[in-house]
Amino acid sequence: MAKDSSTIPSTAARPTPFIPEFDPVLHQRVRLGIISALGAGGTMSFGDLKTVLELTDGNLSVHARKLEDAGYISCRKFFDDRTPRTDYTLTSAGRAALDNYLNQMEAVIEASRTPQP
Amino acid sequence: MQDRPAVRRSTTSSDAPTSAAHEHLRFIREAMERTAEFTAVPGWGGVIMGITAIIAAFVAHQQPTVVGWMSVWAAEALIGFAIGAGATSFKARKHGVPLLSGQGRKFLLGLLPAVLAGMALTIAVYGYDVGPTGEYFVRQGVLDAKASLRLLPGLWLMLYGAGIIAAGMFSIRLIPQMGSLFMLVGALALIAPAVWGNLFMGIGFGGLHIAFGAYIVQKYGG
Repeated sequence: MAKDSSTIPSTAARPTPFIPEFDPVLHQRVRLGIISALGAGGTMSFGDLKTVLELTDGNLSVHARKLEDAGYISCRKFFDDRTPRTDYTLTSAGRAALDNYLNQMEAVIEASRTPQP
Repeated sequence: MQDRPAVRRSTTSSDAPTSAAHEHLRFIREAMERTAEFTAVPGWGGVIMGITAIIAAFVAHQQPTVVGWMSVWAAEALIGFAIGAGATSFKARKHGVPLLSGQGRKFLLGLLPAVLAGMALTIAVYGYDVGPTGEYFVRQGVLDAKASLRLLPGLWLMLYGAGIIAAGMFSIRLIPQMGSLFMLVGALALIAPAVWGNLFMGIGFGGLHIAFGAYIVQKYGG
């Protein structure tokens, strides 16, 4: 007796999920956290960012440098009463990249809501 | 913090990218909320608190009795708390973050023990001054080194500073620095003549609040 094919789950019939090409610089938790924090907090010091994101000095330095190299954040080093300080600010390119990333995430969610033919 | 992205291009289930996208959006929102709470220190609120403290120091200095002096500072404490709470709430609302969910709650809980200790010590010192029969000393225009005047300005400044340092662990670095200066001013008030008590209160609760409040306005917004 032939089986009812409609009851058999078929991987071939499953729709391919929509996944856009994510920005490789932002598509990383620590860097995404840094960009998000700067998006909400404006200019933030190295110490404040480290506290908010619960990162180690090394981890924050490495990922902040990658964001800086991509032009997404700017870094200002200065002396505050002989104490070296580092402040980070989100650049307009960084803001645009974050907005684009958010739009892509929303597009993924939206695509899953759209009924498949 | 997880070092790998939650969203990957491998798709074993059609639900995986969607739930990962939800997770990513939640992560971004939480990072933004944490930061907004972290920097939701009221700059303008601090400036206004400082101005009312300077007025209170001037008014308190005119009081002929310890009761009058104490009432002025008790009223100022309530006014300052209302301004601080209102300004923090306003700034948090402006950034669309809940006030008492994370950093804000930790800030309040960090400050609370020092405030309660200050209230208990105030009652103890004032009770020692007033005595069991309720009489109080009339200074007749000349400030006298009664226990309240001698000790309370320094105690209040030091305890407020200690509370701010503890609470400031959950906020911008500037806040614990301000707390340290409060403690320094308080220590100076404790060793200075009692007649300078209102001056130190004005410098601490007035000057420090105005200076740090103005800097916060400039650096982190109102």
